[in-house]
Amino acid sequence: MATMLKVNDLKVHYGSIQAIKGISFEVNEGEIVTMIGANGAGKSTTMNTVAGLLKPTEGSIEFLGKSLIGIAPHKVVNEGLSLCPEGRRIFQHLTVLENLEMGAYTRTKEEADETLQKVYNLFPRLKERYKQIAGTLSGGEQQMLAMGRALMSRPRLMMLDEPSMGLAPILVDQIFDIIVNMNKAGTTILLVEQNAQMALSVADRAYVLETGNIVNSGSGKDLLSDDSVRRAYLGG
Amino acid sequence: MLTYLINGLSLGSVYAIIALGYTMVYGIAKMLNFAHGDVIMVGGYVAFCSTSYLGLGPIPSTLFAVVVCTVLGIVVERLAYKPLRNATSLAVLITAIGVSYFLQNAALLIWSSNPKSFPNLVGSIPNIVIGELVIPSTAIVTVIANLLIMLTLTMFTGRTKMGKAMRAVSEDKGAAQLMGINVNRTISVTFAIGSGLAAIAGVLLCSAYPTLMPTTGSMPGIKAFTAAVFGGIGSIPGAMLGGILLGVIEIFAKAYISTQLSDAIVFAVLIVVLLVKPTGLLGKKVSEKV
Ligand SMILES: Nc1ncnc2c1ncn2[C@@H]1O[C@H](COP(=O)(O)OP(=O)(O)O)[C@@H](O)[C@H]1O
Ligand SMILES: [Mg+2]
Repeated sequence: MATMLKVNDLKVHYGSIQAIKGISFEVNEGEIVTMIGANGAGKSTTMNTVAGLLKPTEGSIEFLGKSLIGIAPHKVVNEGLSLCPEGRRIFQHLTVLENLEMGAYTRTKEEADETLQKVYNLFPRLKERYKQIAGTLSGGEQQMLAMGRALMSRPRLMMLDEPSMGLAPILVDQIFDIIVNMNKAGTTILLVEQNAQMALSVADRAYVLETGNIVNSGSGKDLLSDDSVRRAYLGG
Repeated sequence: MLTYLINGLSLGSVYAIIALGYTMVYGIAKMLNFAHGDVIMVGGYVAFCSTSYLGLGPIPSTLFAVVVCTVLGIVVERLAYKPLRNATSLAVLITAIGVSYFLQNAALLIWSSNPKSFPNLVGSIPNIVIGELVIPSTAIVTVIANLLIMLTLTMFTGRTKMGKAMRAVSEDKGAAQLMGINVNRTISVTFAIGSGLAAIAGVLLCSAYPTLMPTTGSMPGIKAFTAAVFGGIGSIPGAMLGGILLGVIEIFAKAYISTQLSDAIVFAVLIVVLLVKPTGLLGKKVSEKV
């Protein structure tokens, strides 16, 4: 398996506060990798740094053999890496279709049309509601839109930051099914979750993040049965 | 009565064109560009010089003014505002006021404080006379120009990739960057469009009120800003509606109440509207993130 994303000794500060204290992890082609951790552990900071929205103070980020350090955030998506951010952050005043078009901003019209059909197949709901103003969609539909939008750039690696946040259990199941399907269709996944149970059960490998440090890692199965992980994240 | 309405619509259309610049820049860069009014003045002077000294016709003069102001807008944004992208809004506001003084004083140096008498660039078109009623050609051209601009901008923001990207940036810069949108370029384009429109407004304004001075842009700038807030800042139809209403209210207040008090009345209406509807007439509610 080829290494797709390789992060080494990453440190990130907000002003004088250090949020990430030197973490290293990697994602291989075809995997679902998850990063679990409590609120405030630094999961979103890590994702946003890889996506170029935040600048690391130290460390390296390599994607497909190329360093992402210093690349403008709007150029990172060109490299084949897409982030579906925490809190969805869909464009509320734009229609569903317009949101998806923005997802394909770096793509040609032909590529966008082709990908749109794939996204509609994965999310039939979005096709039904393509004209609707995105802000009026339900929470689950907004999450689907955020994921569909992130897919529109045809990423090799998709990073998902807490896709299950604030969703009813039945929708959470649905979202995880879709994540597994996206992965089967060829997209490598880096998934950040507080819902450790769900995340670990779909993940090939996992990292546990605690206050800016990676404190544990292993296969999804192993961590699911690991005592310290069970105590801290799985409620016993 | 009808004459007042026509004058009001004409003045209101000028305000609307200026307000569009305010509202677009606010919507996308989230800043109040208080130097916007002075770009109108620069547009006026450039058009004045190209007709009076270079002997250009009305349309080439206007186009020339548009080009100069577009470039000016981009340069001002690049030099004065871009370095402050992450600064507090107060710092940006003070900078904008500084740019405004700078432009006025530069105009003072170049063109002196003596008022220039602006040639009516649309005067070659005959007025329309219906019985007693005379509709000045300036009014017709202004209203039509406003409608065309409005239509073009609506198509631009609604249909084109760049226009949609602008709306995306205005909602969430970070998310827009994740899509691959170059936010700095989008802001540049917005300033370019706003300043180009200011040039057109300058030509139309000076054609109707032909005294051109370095401070010519200030008052219409403030009024148009009021119009933008009135209509709902950030909203393109809002700027249009706000501008026209403001122009009509101002002319009627001048005609029926008092010339001196007309500005006070205009601002009083603004205050009342904002008390009732703080986001302005067509302003969007600030959407909450779920
Ligand atoms: N914009 C910010 N300014 C300052 N501190 C921040 C900011 N965003 C996050 N932090 C801090 O960084 C740490 C990690 O936050 P975050 O990455 O959002 O955690 P998680 O996504 O795991 O919940 C927290 O202590 C948080 O308070
Ligand atoms: Mg988070």
